[in-house]
Amino acid sequence: MKKGRVEFWNGNIACAEGAIAAGCRFFAGYPITPSSEILEHMAKRMPEVGGVFIQMEDELAAIAAVIGASWGGVKAMTATSGPGFSLMQEGIGYACMTETPCVIVDVQRAGPSTGQATKAAQGDVMQARWGTHGDHEIIALAPNSPQEMFDLTVRAFNLSEMYRVPVIVLADEIVAHMWEKVRIPDDIEIVNRRKPSRPDEQIFGHELDTGVPPMPAFGEGYNLLVTGSTHDGYGFRKTADPLVHRKLVTRLVNKIRKNAEKIVDFEIYGCDPEDAEVMVVSYGCTSRSADEAVRQALEEGIKAINFRLRTIWPFPEKALRELAERVKLIVVPEMNLGQLYFEVERVACGRCPVILVSRIGGGEMVRPQDILRELRRA
Amino acid sequence: MKEHFAIKYLRREILPTVFCPGCGNGIVINCFLKAVSDLGYEDLSGFAFVSGIGCASWCISPYFKADTLHTLHGRPIAFATGLKLARPDLQVVVISGDGDLAGIGGNHLIHAARRNMDLLVICINNLNYGMTGGQVSPTTPENVTTTTSPYGNIEPPFRLAELVAAAGANLSARWTTYHVGQIISTIKKGLKKEGFRFIEVISQCPTNFGRRIGIDKPPDLVKWIRSICTVKKENSNEKLRLGIICERYRPGYVSVLKSLMERVRGEG
Repeated sequence: MKKGRVEFWNGNIACAEGAIAAGCRFFAGYPITPSSEILEHMAKRMPEVGGVFIQMEDELAAIAAVIGASWGGVKAMTATSGPGFSLMQEGIGYACMTETPCVIVDVQRAGPSTGQATKAAQGDVMQARWGTHGDHEIIALAPNSPQEMFDLTVRAFNLSEMYRVPVIVLADEIVAHMWEKVRIPDDIEIVNRRKPSRPDEQIFGHELDTGVPPMPAFGEGYNLLVTGSTHDGYGFRKTADPLVHRKLVTRLVNKIRKNAEKIVDFEIYGCDPEDAEVMVVSYGCTSRSADEAVRQALEEGIKAINFRLRTIWPFPEKALRELAERVKLIVVPEMNLGQLYFEVERVACGRCPVILVSRIGGGEMVRPQDILRELRRA
Repeated sequence: MKEHFAIKYLRREILPTVFCPGCGNGIVINCFLKAVSDLGYEDLSGFAFVSGIGCASWCISPYFKADTLHTLHGRPIAFATGLKLARPDLQVVVISGDGDLAGIGGNHLIHAARRNMDLLVICINNLNYGMTGGQVSPTTPENVTTTTSPYGNIEPPFRLAELVAAAGANLSARWTTYHVGQIISTIKKGLKKEGFRFIEVISQCPTNFGRRIGIDKPPDLVKWIRSICTVKKENSNEKLRLGIICERYRPGYVSVLKSLMERVRGEG
């Protein structure tokens, strides 16, 4: 592997540069703390790389413009935080229903509502999953460093193009504003949406193993019918036929669920997982405290691991269930009052106790000692 | 028998349309396609159509044999903005209603006009929320009875063509569905211009608007709409002014953005 070049970036800049590296050539956004540096960096960089930057009148417009650009055949992204992410939910649902590839960065801040606008939190985990109405599946990735703000933004574009689904980069104020070394590989894997091979191919429902139909762009002669209403394989609105709705929405959900094992991405730090007695399940900035807690626990002779999620959605059920069989205790540190915790508890399903370690307010991180205290219980 | 000129632009397999008897949507479809035909387009391949939610939004989707993006309530102009900037070679046209473009989507309307975004927007203004049962809209005239103004509308309406003109559009005009020839010539003018072009067509909704004001026959409703409008040039507090409200020749957003990009990349 080639060495690549090294930059000193904060997470937001790394995210914007990751998007550019992935082929993003359209950015629409609206200023909001703590994600604004992504918007500002894109304002400067997009014209340099021949892409389009536009600051829209609100977040509703930003996500709409991104989806419009994606149907124009261009890789497109927006970035926002808390309240802006709430405003984008209807658009994200439209992207799910119309199978429009796009990337939404949510730099989490303390909510609800305006909350503590400049302070870190991890309160949007469930909003990323269920923020838009109706049955759907999305993909959400959780970077824990500027390096991963770069890497996972590239991956977000690739997954989005591969599965024709909106992908959320669920960052937080801490990783977004943290400055660290970022290594940019010389060879970055880029995935592009599959184009149809025949003019009569169904753009919304061709049956394939993956469940992902091909996607042409506007202006390519397909006479595309794109609608957020329930539609058949050709895009015709079918708003009364129960079978059409059942088939469409089931496919939209299954194309993620059935490919979950390919999408899921996690990292285990600590002792040999085979020997682990206690496990931390963490993501985002909090995972850095978890790593330190596990390091200290190992020094104390506690057989501990940190199971760090880089994809939050789909949730790594299989791997977690296997580990829950073995360990005596799971600790879930979060900068919220319990969101992923309930998901872990669902998967652990009584196999072992699951403890939540919360810290909210003022952007204060869960501290390693808070996690370590719980690990010592095992 | 000679085929109707508009058929080649439509998905004939799903005709007829679902619109109520007497609805004005068909007149606007006819006018748009006549303008396209007059300008010599053999098909709609150079166009992209975007709409929102509501009866007017169904004109293009699924009836136009073209690329169509049927979007969220209120957001077609924002979707169209992204599409246009991604594909500046396409003639992007938005056809939607008053509730969609001026109610829930009013912010996007004025900002697209301010930016002089290269879009042709046709607003079929039927003075109410027709699809949802005839509720009061931001363009419903004062004192008019609707399902949500049962004692008469107490709110003054927006004058859309004037609003868009004030916001900076390159073209803003208002006609009624009675003025077919004028609509066609204004659409042709719009299709030949850059920047933001807005054509408001006041249209009859016999089912959910006319019926509530005691005028349920479509021709009578068209006459009533004419009676609340004037072709006189001077501003009237009483009546809506018909005709070209403003015409400007500013460069459109796409050409301004292109110059910026050339300047940044040192190609200018």
